[in-house]
Amino acid sequence: MIDREIVLSPDEAKAELRKRTRRGFLIGGVAAIASVGAYEWMKSREDEDGIPHLERRVLDANGKLAHRYLDDRHVMPTFSRADIRPLKPNGNIGIDHPVESDWRLTVNTGHGPELNLGVADVKSLPKVNMITRFCCIEGWDTVVQWGGARFSDFTSKYFPPGPGLPPYVSMMTPDEEYFVGLDLKSALHPQTLLAYEYNGSPLTPEHGAPLRLVIPVKYGIKNIKRIGTIQYTAKRPEDYWAEDGYDWFAGL
Amino acid sequence: MVEQQLISPSADKVVMPTLKLKHLVAVRWFHWINFPLLSLMIWSGLLIYWAYSIYNVGPLRFFPKQVYDFLHMDHRLAEGMALHFFIMWFFVANGILYVAYTILSGEWRYLVPRSLSTFRDAWQVVLYDLGIAKSLPLQQKYNAAQQVSYSAIVVMGALSVMSGLAIYKPAQLGWLTALFGGYGGARLVHFALTIGYLLFFAVHLAQVLRAGWNNFRGMVIGYELAGDK
Repeated sequence: MIDREIVLSPDEAKAELRKRTRRGFLIGGVAAIASVGAYEWMKSREDEDGIPHLERRVLDANGKLAHRYLDDRHVMPTFSRADIRPLKPNGNIGIDHPVESDWRLTVNTGHGPELNLGVADVKSLPKVNMITRFCCIEGWDTVVQWGGARFSDFTSKYFPPGPGLPPYVSMMTPDEEYFVGLDLKSALHPQTLLAYEYNGSPLTPEHGAPLRLVIPVKYGIKNIKRIGTIQYTAKRPEDYWAEDGYDWFAGL
Repeated sequence: MVEQQLISPSADKVVMPTLKLKHLVAVRWFHWINFPLLSLMIWSGLLIYWAYSIYNVGPLRFFPKQVYDFLHMDHRLAEGMALHFFIMWFFVANGILYVAYTILSGEWRYLVPRSLSTFRDAWQVVLYDLGIAKSLPLQQKYNAAQQVSYSAIVVMGALSVMSGLAIYKPAQLGWLTALFGGYGGARLVHFALTIGYLLFFAVHLAQVLRAGWNNFRGMVIGYELAGDK
């Protein structure tokens, strides 16, 4: 079926070839110009948080798709103590000053008054030791040991019974300079911790003392240090890096 | 229809220039659509890679700072990720449609190496193209080197998608990440394949230039002029 031929006299062949060449390159040229035009148009559409509108829509759709299939059984692999390495403290937005002397963890459940907690309240929850890979959105990764309480245990204890949990959680540094938005499923994932220990020692300020989030199913940008406020919310929360061109979901 | 059969009344003459259908219309579209899509995947991929640009092979650095500076590829991680995870859908769709079409149309018979002798012949073609060997092995529509490389590029595409998913979702697709030897392994495979595409492109372009206008035009209009000697 492939070796179909058009057998013609020399003149007819030349004419036929010329016709087909003209038509082929015309269609090809129009298709090429149309594609470049469509691409340039897509790129020129008004930015939505740092990237073209259409790319933002697709990133959000990708996130929704991943979220739909995310399951508590989807875990990041765990390692042995021998694999532990020091973690590069890669950002100090919101923690570029000493820990606030009056630091408290404010929890806003949307039901009843705000809660004001201390590290002891988190330490009273079952302690989890976990050696997992910390993946930076830049591409590097480090195996780190964390000690802390599951955010799901924290939620069971401090979110009032009765009203259902809203679909999102927002976390902020005390100065509100750094903030992350999380979907509830990722926040309640069994590997998501409110951590107070790093590589076997108490958390240091550059790693987010007194309390930080460790969420291995998300890139490092979501692992907020020095949490000041936790808010359970029905509206998708703002996110520091998502406002600067990055994926809001940022899940692994 | 482009793929019609026209045999003129003069078909019984001695000298017969013929227009020979070389590339099916669908295959031509798949090919020319893949070119910008893969280019954008490589470009956005390198914007991402810049942020953690770690690979070296001996003295070869992938890539020296001057390359990023010259192409203005620095500090564009977010832009690269947004583009990569947008274009990926089109790249994957085009690739799946191409493979499905190749199987359903029977075109795979001309492309897929059927025995070890294809690989021997492919080496012979390489030696011939380099001016070392004197003769070419017998061939069908594609020579053995083309069969091997055009099949390999499809396998590479599949591996790129799989290693890409292994880096993209190491928690949700942990089994796939493990298959590539972990997160670092998947990243290395994904990058090595990218370099592979660049090498493929260099050789492909050189071969197209060498084969000449009739061959190139065939990839655009489908037909090559044959028997016009």
